[in-house]
Amino acid sequence: MHSSKEYVALMELHGDVDLEKLYEVFKMFTGRIYQRPPLRSSVKRSLRVREIYSIDLLEIINRHVLFRVKCESGTYIRKLCHDIGLVLGVEAHMRELRRVAVAHIREELPVVTLHEVSEAVYLWRKYGDETLIRKVVLPVEYIVAHLPKIIIKDSAVDAIAHGAQLAVPGIVMLSNDVKKGERVAIFTLKGELVAIGKSFMEAEEIVKNEKGVAVKIERVVMDRGTYPPLWKKAKKGEKSE
Amino acid sequence: MIFLKLLEGRGIEFVKRLDSIANRKSDYVVKSEDVTDERYGYYPFERPINLYIEYGFIPLDKPPGPTSHEVVAWIKKMFSIGKAGHGGTLEPKPPI
Repeated sequence: MHSSKEYVALMELHGDVDLEKLYEVFKMFTGRIYQRPPLRSSVKRSLRVREIYSIDLLEIINRHVLFRVKCESGTYIRKLCHDIGLVLGVEAHMRELRRVAVAHIREELPVVTLHEVSEAVYLWRKYGDETLIRKVVLPVEYIVAHLPKIIIKDSAVDAIAHGAQLAVPGIVMLSNDVKKGERVAIFTLKGELVAIGKSFMEAEEIVKNEKGVAVKIERVVMDRGTYPPLWKKAKKGEKSE
Repeated sequence: MIFLKLLEGRGIEFVKRLDSIANRKSDYVVKSEDVTDERYGYYPFERPINLYIEYGFIPLDKPPGPTSHEVVAWIKKMFSIGKAGHGGTLEPKPPI
């Protein structure tokens, strides 16, 4: 995801710095900055601009500076520490880094350790106790929470699950920020993620039009056959006992 | 705990809660009416455990030692599933 990232980093200064100057320099690095990717990177090493949305200094003990930084995807925190050190005149390096959020996927979900996962699986397999595993595993729908959404009729679901394009008549409701050429997440009325696609129409167009192809499907998530195909669907009111 | 906010919603309410968790400000426009058939599909949190896991993800706090590839392999083994992926991790610790 090319969205914002949030880290907590520990920087070590190679010399003593006046507190006021430290705050001043950190403030300088908020906003748009230049960065050239380090030698050990998989991207082209050209000078590029990245945005630092915010930096919060959390703790400063002697030459150790703990800070939280929210930044654009593709920002190298190691390079940020290095450059801050240069401007401070004492040089610095990054000692530790922890990524605490990627877009809306945050530490506070909460994140779980491998031990907790292992324990949850054990309790489930051995005792049939699902409580822990249902806390450790979250519905995949959460991953696309940031996308504009289109909710479709049950009758349209199976065709989409087969990769068919989504036509206007199949739509029940949609986010009003659906944009032509941009990604959308397609949901059932129960809130299940069916597929992800690219919209051919703006939200207003979808509302105005009676027909037409609205979304091109890029990635199907739901298994085919979860919902019956339109032509096989039993009449409403016929419930088998 | 963020995910607890999701638990309180069902169907369209669940979808709207997803929006609020991602700080989405936009609203919905209704195009047509329809009622879901309770015989098919499942409300995400009510999926039977095997489906819940199949359509699930784990926000994992990966320990610094193993690579994410190794961790994915362990997870696949734990759950006895063939397919799993990861969404990204920090660069491995450079050798001294």
